[in-house]
Amino acid sequence: MLTELRNVLTPRNRITFLKAKNSVIIHVSNGRGCCEEPKKLSVNNSVRSYCLGIESTADDFGVAIVSFEGKVLSNANDTYMPKEGGIHPREAARHHAEVAEKVLAEAFEKAAIKPRDISLVAFSQGPGLGPCLRTGATAARALASYLDVPLVGVNHCVGHIEIGKLATGATDPVTLYVSGGNTIVSAFEAGRYRIFGETLDIAMGNCLDVFARAVGLKQRSGAPFGAVVEELARKGENFVSLPYTVKGMDLSFSGLLTAAVQAFQSKKGSLEDVCFSLQEVAFSMLTEVTERALAHTEKPEVLLTGGVAANRKLQSMIEVIAEEHDARFCVVPRGLAADNGAMIAWTGILAYKSGISTSIEKSYVNVKWRLEDVYAPWVEE
Amino acid sequence: MVLIKKGAEASLFLETWHNRKVIMKRRLPKKYRIPELDLMIRSQRTVHEPNLIHKAKEAGVPTPTIFMVDVAEANIVMEFVDGKQVKEILDHVSSEERLSLSSLIGRMIGRLHKHGIIHGDLTTSNMILTPYGKVVFVDFGLSERSVELEPKGVDLHLMKRALQSTHYKHAKECFKAVIEGYAEAVGTEEAKKVTAKIREIEKRGRYVAER
Repeated sequence: MLTELRNVLTPRNRITFLKAKNSVIIHVSNGRGCCEEPKKLSVNNSVRSYCLGIESTADDFGVAIVSFEGKVLSNANDTYMPKEGGIHPREAARHHAEVAEKVLAEAFEKAAIKPRDISLVAFSQGPGLGPCLRTGATAARALASYLDVPLVGVNHCVGHIEIGKLATGATDPVTLYVSGGNTIVSAFEAGRYRIFGETLDIAMGNCLDVFARAVGLKQRSGAPFGAVVEELARKGENFVSLPYTVKGMDLSFSGLLTAAVQAFQSKKGSLEDVCFSLQEVAFSMLTEVTERALAHTEKPEVLLTGGVAANRKLQSMIEVIAEEHDARFCVVPRGLAADNGAMIAWTGILAYKSGISTSIEKSYVNVKWRLEDVYAPWVEE
Repeated sequence: MVLIKKGAEASLFLETWHNRKVIMKRRLPKKYRIPELDLMIRSQRTVHEPNLIHKAKEAGVPTPTIFMVDVAEANIVMEFVDGKQVKEILDHVSSEERLSLSSLIGRMIGRLHKHGIIHGDLTTSNMILTPYGKVVFVDFGLSERSVELEPKGVDLHLMKRALQSTHYKHAKECFKAVIEGYAEAVGTEEAKKVTAKIREIEKRGRYVAER
């Protein structure tokens, strides 16, 4: 079990020597909660090591157990379903706290291991909704100190990219990460996932959610609004003209959202037609910026990840541009597309293996943690 | 016809046209888009681009000469500009040259904005440094006309982002020089307003610490 051997406090850095089962880790923190240049002596990398990952960024509370070699043993989840409107952060956090015990038990049961077998706890530290993140972080801290194992805070966006890479075997992709809260085109460059393009206002998934609510669609369990819109769009026939907004590599969806709602209200087309047109325009915008990043970086792969990656229409469009640029098209499997604990656990493992861990006192959540701010030494250039 | 650049939006071919070395910019149909949307985007951009390239020249910003426009086929034939992409050289010149080049770029962006032209895709791959020391702006495919503060801010914000993602080692000093050059062209007062706008746009972005 992990014991803290010595604590050295220098004026600017806090250096901690940690002893795990078969390894010693020198932890250098720069006082900002993450270590910039961790030094690694040797890392316990046995097959029997497991990481427990907790995801609680928004409406999903997920717990997964992943082995250090990258096998997902369990990936339990419970989603907060608002009675009306969007995600209420406080209500979502209350939901997470209520289901935490149940989801944790489910994860252990499915993985068929005991809590004492866990050698690392990872949690999503940001970006996301504060109250939700804090609930997950509290559970993670409690578990890590109870089990006396190291804790790793993981960036949610990095998690989506890393689980996509693990599941598809991609090594150096241009990533289109589209979900309810994020729309980012990124690629790895000099130690970090650089953002090449992103939304200037609302996220793609958010646009679909708000549109669906505005036109009176109902969310079903297991079928997010995006899936409902996709289903209707397949029945659409007539194209209704909607604003197409691409600014260089950045995108804007708020005008498109307003225009789509108005097109439905003023009966410019049937609901099916408007869903069809909304998807065509929005996904064409996404495809154009992804293609621009691909042409610019000349990377060999394209990875589609995040909740909206489950949309077949979007998949088929991104696949076309991947082919055109001789890049391999990779898409995260459906079960790992939406927010989940497995992506947090896996990214935690990658970070821990390269010597990164988060002390309990530095484990406060960072609701505005940008993808570019994460130093990712585990990625080979 | 030799394909020299396959971009996201159009393909550039090197061709001889009436004994001239020219660039043919072809906006080929995109298979991923439905035909209605595809035709709309391609023809709009084909009409728009030569128009703004011409306006930019009037503003005193070097741009390629347009020889022919074919809207139905979405083709533009224009002058081949001899020189090097700023993207290729910016990281490899002396720091003095880097700053003067950045400042020159800023001055040119200032001239565009002063004449109500928003480039829309200000990256260092869309700027060519000629052997005579001029910076030629190319690719006006995403350009628009506006005298408002917001699009000017977005335009420069894109420039900043391009520097950060491609020339991250020198991004800060380069962008500072760009703004200094910009101020020379539009005046300090206007430059202040635009930089304040850039900050506002950045804060609007997702997960910005100071928001």
